[in-house]
Amino acid sequence: MTFLRHSLAIAVKDLRAEMRTKEAINASLAFAVVILVLFSFAIDPEVVAMAEISGGVLWMVFAFASALILNRSFARELSNDCLDALIASPVSGAALFFGKALANFALLVAVEIVCLPVFGVLYNVRWTRGLGWLAAVVLLATWALTVIGTMFSALTVNLRLRELMLPTLVYPMLIPALMAAMQLTTVLITGQPIGENWLWLRLLAGFDIIFTALALALVETVLVR
Amino acid sequence: MAVAVEGVWKYFGDYPALRDISFTASGGSCLALVGRNGAGKTTLLRILAGLSAASRGRATIFGGDARDPGTRRRTGYIGHGIAVYDELSARENLELFARLYGVADPAEAASDWLERTGLAAVGDGLAREFSRGMRQRLAIARAFLHAPGLMLLDEPFTSLDDRAIALMQELLRQALARGATVVMSTHQLREALELATHVCLLVRGRGGHFGERTAEMAGDPGYLYRQYGEL
Repeated sequence: MTFLRHSLAIAVKDLRAEMRTKEAINASLAFAVVILVLFSFAIDPEVVAMAEISGGVLWMVFAFASALILNRSFARELSNDCLDALIASPVSGAALFFGKALANFALLVAVEIVCLPVFGVLYNVRWTRGLGWLAAVVLLATWALTVIGTMFSALTVNLRLRELMLPTLVYPMLIPALMAAMQLTTVLITGQPIGENWLWLRLLAGFDIIFTALALALVETVLVR
Repeated sequence: MAVAVEGVWKYFGDYPALRDISFTASGGSCLALVGRNGAGKTTLLRILAGLSAASRGRATIFGGDARDPGTRRRTGYIGHGIAVYDELSARENLELFARLYGVADPAEAASDWLERTGLAAVGDGLAREFSRGMRQRLAIARAFLHAPGLMLLDEPFTSLDDRAIALMQELLRQALARGATVVMSTHQLREALELATHVCLLVRGRGGHFGERTAEMAGDPGYLYRQYGEL
């Protein structure tokens, strides 16, 4: 109970602070929409079947845009030495990490909810066909982005080049999750049944469980040196 | 014993920032950690606050590990930064930390401390809109609002305005009167030795002197360095 209470307090604090400044969400949203527009100019719909590449395009955009939100996650604690006050408080490293992950997840999902209709219009793709399954894939893959990104945000928070280091470290780690998300999204948007791709969904869920457990176990060591 | 430090070493790479430091502080005592820049005062306080781990030796707070949540619930810490969120109001800042420290009624505790620090009228204003002095008082309220049994203060009087210094001294006196322990690092010997019951002098990471604060120390802050340390 204490774990959840602390996590929720941290998540509410982060969301409240972000809603007041809108620094990360505005940057992430603008970046995502700009990439969607640029890709739509770069790809000729008469040559390429848009639905076939939709998963790849969508998750490239989400992955790049997420870095702007995830970079700010622990970095926002540096001003006024707030991170020290949190670590010195009775909040466990795991609760601090989980609270930040919840806030990041909410912000990333908000960006994705805005981007999906824009994507549908620009690429002339009917993305609502398997909406239930697509929502499950988006949520699972977004949690994967969140967990890895939040963990590396904690790891790189004291580095001067953290804006560069975070994507450099995060994207290679995310390859299995992104591959699964791209494959499943393409399958769903092209209207194929998910049955033959069940393994990708299990990979995505397994990735989430393993890396969430690892992050919760290791974050205390990362924060207290 | 509220604080027990036994043979603590801290290395940064190969460099020993702390070398075999030992001291104790009992309930109701005020320990002034003094020493020149780079003596290791902040490093030692960070170990006691659970922000850093000792490379060797042991530091216990109320008989437990500094990283134990139960220990941290009884500890208040003020570091170099004010540790308040600029994007939150003063009330939201205090309610957040009251929740994290398990205070029974966070809203009431926040209102009470806004009143005590003279910030009640601006409690709903964002911290970023406050003057420096108001932010300092908010930081003091943040550190004291859970009535800690141990206060760890890193240079608590540095860059405080007169009102905040008076508030800090008054709160420290009240804390000591109710049996709390205070460990503070400081360069401002006059203010610190006025409150201190014990003194620990660090000299380049080593323990130069540990003992009760004497009348000579309080009367002449330079005495400590001349007698036990470096000039």
